[in-house]
Amino acid sequence: MIKLLVWYGELTTRKNLAKRGLLFLGAGMLWLMVFLVLPGLVLIGVSFATRGAYGELVWEFTLENYKRMAGFSLFGWTADYIMILWRSVWVAFVTTLISVVLSYPLSFFICARPERTRYFWLTLVIIPFWTNMVIRTYAWFLILAPELPLAKIAAFFGLIPQSAPLYPNAFAVYLGMVSMFLPFVTLPLYASVERLDWALVEAAQDLYASKVRVFTQAILPQTMPGLSVGIILTFVPAMGMFVVPDLLGGAKYMLVGNLIQQQFGASRDWPFGAAISMGLMVLTMISLQLYRRRSKEIEFV
Amino acid sequence: MRKSHPLIIAVAMFTLGFLYLPLVAVAVFSVNATRYGLVWRGFTLDWYLKLCQNEFILNAAWNTLVLAVVSTVAATILGTVLAIGMDRFPWGRKANTSLDLVLHIPVVIPDIILAAALVVAFGLLRVVSSLFEPGLLNMIIGHITFQISFVALVVRSRLVSIGRDVEEVARDLFASTPYVLRRVTIPLLLPGIVAGAMLAFTLSLDDFVISFFTAGPESVTLPLFIFAAVRRGVTPQIHALSTLVVLITVILIVGMERFTRK
Repeated sequence: MIKLLVWYGELTTRKNLAKRGLLFLGAGMLWLMVFLVLPGLVLIGVSFATRGAYGELVWEFTLENYKRMAGFSLFGWTADYIMILWRSVWVAFVTTLISVVLSYPLSFFICARPERTRYFWLTLVIIPFWTNMVIRTYAWFLILAPELPLAKIAAFFGLIPQSAPLYPNAFAVYLGMVSMFLPFVTLPLYASVERLDWALVEAAQDLYASKVRVFTQAILPQTMPGLSVGIILTFVPAMGMFVVPDLLGGAKYMLVGNLIQQQFGASRDWPFGAAISMGLMVLTMISLQLYRRRSKEIEFV
Repeated sequence: MRKSHPLIIAVAMFTLGFLYLPLVAVAVFSVNATRYGLVWRGFTLDWYLKLCQNEFILNAAWNTLVLAVVSTVAATILGTVLAIGMDRFPWGRKANTSLDLVLHIPVVIPDIILAAALVVAFGLLRVVSSLFEPGLLNMIIGHITFQISFVALVVRSRLVSIGRDVEEVARDLFASTPYVLRRVTIPLLLPGIVAGAMLAFTLSLDDFVISFFTAGPESVTLPLFIFAAVRRGVTPQIHALSTLVVLITVILIVGMERFTRK
């Protein structure tokens, strides 16, 4: 007995429908399986493998890579790798915080522009969002060059040697990171601020709420959807960022992205690189989990 | 219309300045006549002219374009079909959730993890076939992998917003599946497909990490070239190249807005 069903005006069977559906899903899903899911699983596998003497993979199960990440080595315990992981979380946190603090005034400013010019101001934020990150990072070389005031001031106070550039160091990394990710917060936040119900803000003001309370109880809850998306879009990629610390931080301020790149590049230690990637993955999962409730949908710009 | 507090205007201006100061500096020094240092020695367009004679840069530009076009076309087709397959068929709740999860992976994980996974996977596949030597093909595969997700998500949101009524009407009038697709679904979906393709294209031009991990010596793209060059030291020629890339980005963005706003 074949069970017929009507699916949006079409008389068909469940089997037929599934067959045709798979035809649609097939190619894309196969691609994602072969080049996304499988490589991911292989990466997990490799993180438990051993590195051969010449950097080749030896399929011998070991926990050595994870132990090494936790700081255990032949010479006892060091906090080096833990420090790098922690620093990545910290840099991502500070970057997100500064971006949020700067994004609120910017979104309010854009929303207050007249209709005709508002789009121009918004485009000014969209352009850096889409500009290649290598260019936006190295551009700071010029601003931080020894001939320019910033480096001169730093040299005057003895923070850096005379006629040295203001990079690579932690300060330059933060500058680069904030300028990189600021638009990632501003754009979703702007979408929320634009829909803000000002009546609620005025009601709070009429009831003599302090400025802080107006913000935390009238503005913040209303802009939470955009803010959450912005925070996720910034915090997660910022943790894995590799270009900015590589160019502006150098060996002085390494983040987990550089560590991973090193293992796959110069050191040619895939198993250890895979283990660190897993560490970063776990950090990503934790941060996503913390935010999952609020960021049901991610808006694309 | 609400007026902004002067402090808000000041901070907003500072923030915009902060975003643009480095880019403006690059543009200014790209027309500076001096080769070394940051002293102004007069206006020149020499660096731009020299770009056009640099075989290596032209080659990198060509690679960038090939990579972006090929991966965008492939990802747009795969992503669109995938989105239709996910949205228009009665999959169970469980299947839907797991499909959704896979689709969101490239969007939410740091790209360096995907890059690392691809390096390892290509490394193992190399044992089977020499196709997987680092190079343009591997970069295209890598780009398609993250582009599919973005295209599928954009197209799917369009599928949801156009609803199924028109398709159902077509069915009621005895249209066959290919006919419904060709004359109803695809035309209605076109703005979503174009938006997805443009997003994929910009993502490809913008990408550095995936390319950096999967590139071979022959397949240098512009971002890779600039990265390697600035590590040796910045030159006016690199500034000129970067300024051009930024200008192209601006043109693409303005064009994209024109298209999607109509």
